[in-house]
Amino acid sequence: MSENFNLEIITPEKPIFKSETNQVTIPSFEGLMSILKDHISLVTFLRPGFIEAQSQKGDEKFFVEEGTVELNNNNLLILSSSVKNVKKMSKKEIDAMIQEAERAFNNKDIKDKEKYILSYKIDTLKEITV
Amino acid sequence: MPSLDDLKKRIKSVKSTQKITKAMKMVAAAKLRKAQDSAERGRPYSEKMQNIILNLTKSVSDPENAPKLLIGTGKDKIHLCIVMTADRGLCGGFNSNICRLAKNYFKKILNDGKELKIVAVGSKGLDQLKREYGNYIIKKISFKDRKKITFKEADVVGKVILELFSEEKFDKCILFYNNFKNVITQIPQAQQIIPVEIAKKSESDIEKNFYEFEPDEDEILEDLLPKNISTQVYKAFLENAASEQGSRMTAMDNATRNAGDLVDKLTINYNRSRQASITKELIEIISGAESL
Repeated sequence: MSENFNLEIITPEKPIFKSETNQVTIPSFEGLMSILKDHISLVTFLRPGFIEAQSQKGDEKFFVEEGTVELNNNNLLILSSSVKNVKKMSKKEIDAMIQEAERAFNNKDIKDKEKYILSYKIDTLKEITV
Repeated sequence: MPSLDDLKKRIKSVKSTQKITKAMKMVAAAKLRKAQDSAERGRPYSEKMQNIILNLTKSVSDPENAPKLLIGTGKDKIHLCIVMTADRGLCGGFNSNICRLAKNYFKKILNDGKELKIVAVGSKGLDQLKREYGNYIIKKISFKDRKKITFKEADVVGKVILELFSEEKFDKCILFYNNFKNVITQIPQAQQIIPVEIAKKSESDIEKNFYEFEPDEDEILEDLLPKNISTQVYKAFLENAASEQGSRMTAMDNATRNAGDLVDKLTINYNRSRQASITKELIEIISGAESL
């Protein structure tokens, strides 16, 4: 029996990824979440982190800042306006993003929730090695 | 009767106009393909998002306390109209169609004694609206200098809307744009985005899905609804871009054809007057010879 289910990642511009996978890890707002086949129907949203999809064809890794996830009937759907394939990100781009995030982080006016999101963003970005 | 020289000049000028309109048509056709492509690629996102929202709203346990973006402020006093038009002209009735629809709506709500606020996106619509409704325009947004409209630009507009909403500056928000049906048909549309309009389906049509929500429904909705606003604005941008190019293409096609007709007519006129002058000269020569 196949252990695969469908993963679809869609940005407002275009669908960027559609494939069968056997395990996906998503950075849900309340913590990392790994999804296997026949997971219960679920709706949640994301904080900055990595989406890691495993399949026979190889693993894919995406950086994401925010997004909405719907899982229904073995179809995992991720809607996000900020998905980037980690392989396609350049060092320069990442550095610029870290700098911007840190500047926002040091701004005293931001709320706790934004701070929480930004700290994850900075940590995740720093993890990427190119 | 214009002289031969005048006619020649006119033919030349019409011909060069024709060349311009023809070039514009080709450019529009090329851009249309791209715009249509991205409009089609952008559709899944907004459709899926609508779906999720639909599923969520069905499961909201306490509709009284649901986020305001979903159910509205409960009043119907102030209407915010986002009129989205192009930054460029020469595209047939594209801008006028949107403005006409918007103006009809403005008239209606002003007659009903409601308050009106306008956000004009795109400079051509602003030009048309400011004469009559200049006092109501509270914000002007234009992306004239951007080459391509991305989600970021839509997000800017979305943020403006959300900010006004959180300051309770309006109760209802309506988006005006042209829906791209095909190259020759674009339908101006008014879409209400706050409160969210949910397509009413009969209970039996809806599959009953039981979702697990993490965190709870309200929090997800609070995260999702603001995004939905930007998404709808972005969708409107994409549809508008495709419509604009389609509209321009048809308009320029017509202009090229009209210019062709005009050239034909002028050429006939030119030939006739040339022949007339030759005949006249001949008559003069012959009658001159006869008198000898």
